[in-house]
Amino acid sequence: MLVESTDTMPVRNSDDVVRVRQAVRARAVAAGFSLVDQTKIITAASEIARNTVDYGGGGTLLIETLREGARRGVRLTFADNGPGIADLALAMTDGHTTGNGLGLGLSGAKRLSNEFAITSTPGQGTKVTLARWK
Amino acid sequence: MSEIPIMRIGDCLLVSIQVDMHDRLAMALQDDLTQRIVADRARGVMIDISALEIVDSFIGRMLNNIAAMSRVLDAVTVVVGMRPAVAITLVELGMSLSGVRTALNVDKGLAAIRSIVDNPEDEDARQDPDARRKY
Repeated sequence: MLVESTDTMPVRNSDDVVRVRQAVRARAVAAGFSLVDQTKIITAASEIARNTVDYGGGGTLLIETLREGARRGVRLTFADNGPGIADLALAMTDGHTTGNGLGLGLSGAKRLSNEFAITSTPGQGTKVTLARWK
Repeated sequence: MSEIPIMRIGDCLLVSIQVDMHDRLAMALQDDLTQRIVADRARGVMIDISALEIVDSFIGRMLNNIAAMSRVLDAVTVVVGMRPAVAITLVELGMSLSGVRTALNVDKGLAAIRSIVDNPEDEDARQDPDARRKY
């Protein structure tokens, strides 16, 4: 697998969440994603970016464009140094929230992605990696 | 004040969301619309989302909230113009928007509001087929 290009951007507030959506859209279009695939990865990015701001206290996003043979993909890595998640299995459950939301962010973003991974250390932070292939 | 204009047509309020909303703007729109329903004695609220490229759980929750608040204030909310890719993504995300009435476009949305406002009994029957039998 080849990483064709990388970009990093801050994810600190709700204006950054809008910028994340725009940056992910630009990369998905450039990778030749269909409209539905674009919409899915932008929506997943929006969910995780909001979590990074609301629960992680802000962090960064790494956007990578991938190539594997004829396939092209976009991979997003959100990282924060926030309080972390004590029970990952619970956090991935539909409807579970510790905030005011609907509890669909993590589980929904996973359903919208082809690849999804989350690691978290309480007290040190959380990293979410998701990818979608054309 | 939200930056999204709320227009009044007869006893309906019309909002067309043309910008990529950050979360505070979505909350402001929700508050403004609720105030305007009371101030304008509106019976219907139409929200045009045809320009929205995504609806995530936050915006979905906003639409649910507006529908619920308008119902409590005796108004009907109809969301119109959802793009097919947005509908596919919303369902996969896990949001069914079950409390929100939708229509394909503004014309059909206005017709839906008219028919519900003018025939409230039909609407009760449609929401709960057993309503008449129970009472």
